[in-house]
Amino acid sequence: MKVLVPIKRVVDFNVKIRVRADGSGVDLANVKMSMNPFDEIAVEEAIRLREAGTAEEIIAVSIGPQKTQETIRTALAMGADRGIFISCDDELEPLGVARLLKCVVEAESPELVILGKQAIDNDCNQTGQMLAALLGWPQGTFASRLELDGGKARVTREVDGGLQTVILKMPCIVTSDLRLNEPRYASLPNIMKAKKKPLEEKPAADYGVDIAPRLKVLKTQEPAAREAGEIVANAAELVEKLQNEAGVI
Amino acid sequence: MAVLLVAEHDNVSLNAATPKAMSAALAIDPDVHILVAGNGCASVGDEAAAITGAAKVLLAEAPHLEHHLAEEMAALAVPLAAQYGAILAPATTTGKNYMPRLAALLDVAQISEITAVKSADTFERPIYAGNAMQTVQSSDAIKIITVRTTAFQAAETGGNAPIEKINVPAPAGLSQFGGDELTSSDRPELASAKVVVSGGRALGSKENFAKFIEPLAGRLNAAVGASRAAVDAGYVSNDYQVGQTGKVVAPELYIAIGISGAIQHLAGMKDSKVIVAINKDEEAPIFQIANYGLVGDLFKILPELQSELEKADG
Ligand SMILES: Cc1cc2nc3c(=O)[nH]c(=O)nc-3n(C[C@H](O)[C@H](O)[C@H](O)COP(=O)(O)OP(=O)(O)OC[C@H]3O[C@@H](n4cnc5c(N)ncnc54)[C@H](O)[C@@H]3O)c2cc1C
Repeated sequence: MKVLVPIKRVVDFNVKIRVRADGSGVDLANVKMSMNPFDEIAVEEAIRLREAGTAEEIIAVSIGPQKTQETIRTALAMGADRGIFISCDDELEPLGVARLLKCVVEAESPELVILGKQAIDNDCNQTGQMLAALLGWPQGTFASRLELDGGKARVTREVDGGLQTVILKMPCIVTSDLRLNEPRYASLPNIMKAKKKPLEEKPAADYGVDIAPRLKVLKTQEPAAREAGEIVANAAELVEKLQNEAGVI
Repeated sequence: MAVLLVAEHDNVSLNAATPKAMSAALAIDPDVHILVAGNGCASVGDEAAAITGAAKVLLAEAPHLEHHLAEEMAALAVPLAAQYGAILAPATTTGKNYMPRLAALLDVAQISEITAVKSADTFERPIYAGNAMQTVQSSDAIKIITVRTTAFQAAETGGNAPIEKINVPAPAGLSQFGGDELTSSDRPELASAKVVVSGGRALGSKENFAKFIEPLAGRLNAAVGASRAAVDAGYVSNDYQVGQTGKVVAPELYIAIGISGAIQHLAGMKDSKVIVAINKDEEAPIFQIANYGLVGDLFKILPELQSELEKADG
């Protein structure tokens, strides 16, 4: 079985981003970039399937500017077998990404596609669901557990009320939540080995699908600021303030 | 053009997120229909019909809609879509599951977790864990939208909209419900509670979490929340997580106990009206957004707080 893992290069989760003063967007100059944390979990899950003998080949795919290749190399260093880099300098929306990924799925015929449930830059939480729709495949989103058995995937999902399990026909789409696994770090020898793994490159335009954005960003602003309040001396003062000043208890 | 709001419910009662999402729907167009899809959920249809502003309720009942599986929900909504200028759902884990699928089937974008309606085609939404707010304009004929319900007031009730039963397509049959493990609690629901008491890694164990957080929550009639670290460590189950990837809450009062205030946690609670932080590290980032901070050991402070509250209650 082949597993396809789409990954995204995003601003590192530890970076506190700055909004440009003119409202034109977020300042990404000289900001540390990393693989989207949910995608690391997706890569890890695929590797575990291969280690368990369920998967034979893991293909990592990413779409973006030239530097995106570094992110694919990270996935290769973690253990993916080969990479596909779709070069594209424009910002894509999830629908455009899903359309490109559909082409890759059709060319590679994986039995399973594992994606991160959301990218921590645009927080959209859409791509996996959209890809499932375009392929007519079932989807197991926000997965905290994945079991494959007899042509079916059993996915435990983190939902608002607790956990839900769905049973999906394969091929299917799974999107990872935080507790699916703890991703490994790439070791130095594996980082060296990853440099020799195959990484195919193709411009997005060559896929011949419509990836034009549907949304126009009119402006990007700082959220309403919150000021630090006061430090109270003890529990008694806290209760007094909450009662008489804030009026919330 | 009319707007369709997909109701969130458990086949028995309407979830509090729906009347809030209704306010977003009404801001787009006054002609709002509500879709109640499920199994044996006629009572939910009645509740939806009572939301002020609802022009009509569409009731879709079938065994395969019982668990709101994405494949079935999207297939149900596709043939309805042509009549509407927008379809909305609350940004719950259910809405977030089927709405993007619906959007792709309709070949349109989804606008995730809107926090304001600027006009019928322009919306505000958070990006980067709420560290930036984006205003986006949609060029699609039909807008598929999920609503961050903490940003909207609940619509009133008192209406009496007509209820129309609609045809349900045959099951897509791609997926099947395999069971659930839902947390039951007598506490108010986290997403809509007026007071939330949250515990972090500092609690140290499941036992301590129960011993120190629960009584305070009980005293304040509060919902209990947690940081990711507390959930990962198994102190409480996943549905307690507040943050970028957990629940977003905006209660009157949020008390963060032994939580450092990582941006991913702040993303889920920084719109609370009053924030209290209890942390032994005076440098903890949580203090930068707290209205009231108390620096010290939570294991000492919480029992004191408990007895002060008792005194105050007289
Ligand atoms: C992709 C991604 C998504 C994430 N999503 C979320 C999310 O949705 N929600 C979330 O919460 N996190 C999320 N995180 C994790 C987040 O980055 C932090 O790691 C997490 O919030 C830390 O939890 P904490 O504050 O409980 O633990 P810590 O950061 O370890 O903080 C513990 C705090 O307790 C204090 N303390 C220790 N002992 C005591 C004591 N005896 N008395 C008083 N104070 C004490 C310490 O001073 C410290 O400030 C996410 C991370 C990633 C990468």
